[in-house]
Amino acid sequence: MSALLELEDVNKDYRVGGFLDRSTLHAVKHVSFTLDAEKPEIFTVVGESGSGKTTTARMILGNETPTSGTLRFMGKGIAQVRTRKERLDFMSRVQPIFQNPFEAFNPLTTLDYYLFSTARRFLGLKDKAAVDAATDKALQHVGLSLAEVRGRYSHELSGGQLQRIAVARALIPGPKLIVADEPVSMVDASLRMSIVNLFRELRDTLGVSIIYITHDLSTAYYISDRVIIMHKGDVVEAGRAEEVLGNPTHEYSRALRSAVLPPDPVVASAIIREKLRAI
Amino acid sequence: MLAAVENKPASVEAKPVLRVEGLKAYYQMNYFGVRREVRAVDDVSLTIKRNEIYGIAGESSSGKSSLIKTIAGAITPPLRVVEGSVKFDFGGKELDVYAQRPAMKAARWKHLSYVMQGSMNVLNPVRKVKHAFHDFAFKHMGLSEGEFRARVESHLQRIGLDPRVLESYPHQLSGGMRQRLTIGLATVCEPEFIIADEPTTALDVLVQQDVLALIKGVQQRMGSSIIFVTHDMTVHAAIADRIGIVYAGRLVEEGPTLDVFQRPQHPYTAHLIASLPRIGDTRKRVALGGKPPNLADPPSGCRFHPRCPLAVDKCKSENPPLLARNTGRVACWRAGEVEAA
Repeated sequence: MSALLELEDVNKDYRVGGFLDRSTLHAVKHVSFTLDAEKPEIFTVVGESGSGKTTTARMILGNETPTSGTLRFMGKGIAQVRTRKERLDFMSRVQPIFQNPFEAFNPLTTLDYYLFSTARRFLGLKDKAAVDAATDKALQHVGLSLAEVRGRYSHELSGGQLQRIAVARALIPGPKLIVADEPVSMVDASLRMSIVNLFRELRDTLGVSIIYITHDLSTAYYISDRVIIMHKGDVVEAGRAEEVLGNPTHEYSRALRSAVLPPDPVVASAIIREKLRAI
Repeated sequence: MLAAVENKPASVEAKPVLRVEGLKAYYQMNYFGVRREVRAVDDVSLTIKRNEIYGIAGESSSGKSSLIKTIAGAITPPLRVVEGSVKFDFGGKELDVYAQRPAMKAARWKHLSYVMQGSMNVLNPVRKVKHAFHDFAFKHMGLSEGEFRARVESHLQRIGLDPRVLESYPHQLSGGMRQRLTIGLATVCEPEFIIADEPTTALDVLVQQDVLALIKGVQQRMGSSIIFVTHDMTVHAAIADRIGIVYAGRLVEEGPTLDVFQRPQHPYTAHLIASLPRIGDTRKRVALGGKPPNLADPPSGCRFHPRCPLAVDKCKSENPPLLARNTGRVACWRAGEVEAA
């Protein structure tokens, strides 16, 4: 087995406060996990705001350096990426998708600009026809085509379509790993499933591994192979999705699990009535 | 005490507290001679009974927020009411929101209040919380300063907040506490009607249930009616008595919560409910194809027809009326033909 991504006892501390009341915030504490290069999977990081899940994602993307511990991508330390060429090489294999597609794209820039510049930069394409072809191919993977997207601005498309374009952009360099930080939290419930299904498809057809960061347990259960649950920087539970989310053992993950309302009026209203009685 | 009002008798429900009739509210823009009209609320009629929680569901840009803003009488141009009326009934006195402006102003907060979206942005960050209560509620209650303060404190205690929060600034409180405060702010005058816009969307999952229970509890104690909007179907499942489904500015289905979830009549509703993920079930969910309609140029006939698996020729040319069917109402030429998933 060769590892795609390895995290070994990764820690990240932030200094907070001013001159007189300085303290240290341990954002991420002793996080270790490994993704297998041969078996593409959807690896989910679940946690509330402030649990350290986004900091973990930023370290994997190389945007943040860990205070201690090592992160290795395909055997090479992410902290050792130094030269421009190494950086480009790394970025073409690890691509991000951000939370809010309306913020990720500049409203005054046409969307195809992002796609074309990604194709030029990472694939080294110069020829216009080749750039178009590469862009169109990536858009086809997400169920769109260049003809639909060319010359459009972000306000002309729905959140679900924009998020698809963000995924298509990430696919252009042919990545091995996609880090998706809350990719569906700003997308409507009815369109959420189309993005989530897309992740499944990418894993199965293109062999891309996905680190899916979310606070939504029901979509996490739906698509994940493995899950870790983070709480205040600690990994409190890790394992296969059915086990961790179906039958959580840690106190915090149980609380999280029972906070999810089922989409069933009989059960959900009974839960609320129970809460009411407790008040 | 709570159990007594839970199963409310039919006689209490008889007289509606809100009647919306043929309401049309459009965004009308006229820039340099180019006219543009966005039909955000298109011919909506609904009634809300006393002591009822009514949930409005729909995707973003379906016009659901425009609808409740219009009901609240809180619209500003370019959104204008083109046709129809919104009438409240407060203690036997009828109040037409768009014909009786001064009376409406007096009724606001006392009879009709609003829980705003995003509790983070509602409270003024540089003023203590007590000033917010004073600004919103003091003049409607007709109490002296001391009595007012005592009333606010006891009200906060009842909704599970320490009265000391009145002396704090919003940034000193957690998201859940701030959302409780906005609910407290909206309910301190014990209004008959409460309008809530996405009351739990910005909250962490762990506090969501508590806030929903709080809303339900306050409503039951005061016997008021609530209309709320959210795209999160699990929230509807948890607290709504009836649900209205909005698609492209129109009400396409309405009915008791349980019936809408178990036997949806409209293909859009059926799809919305079938696509919800559940823990313990990894069967593949089919997402709705196509894209949400552009309200400036909506599809002809039934607005759902380009995405509808059951569409026939009639759907493309004729707009289906909202007709009573089973326990609710539905606007579809092929109503009831969808099989519940």
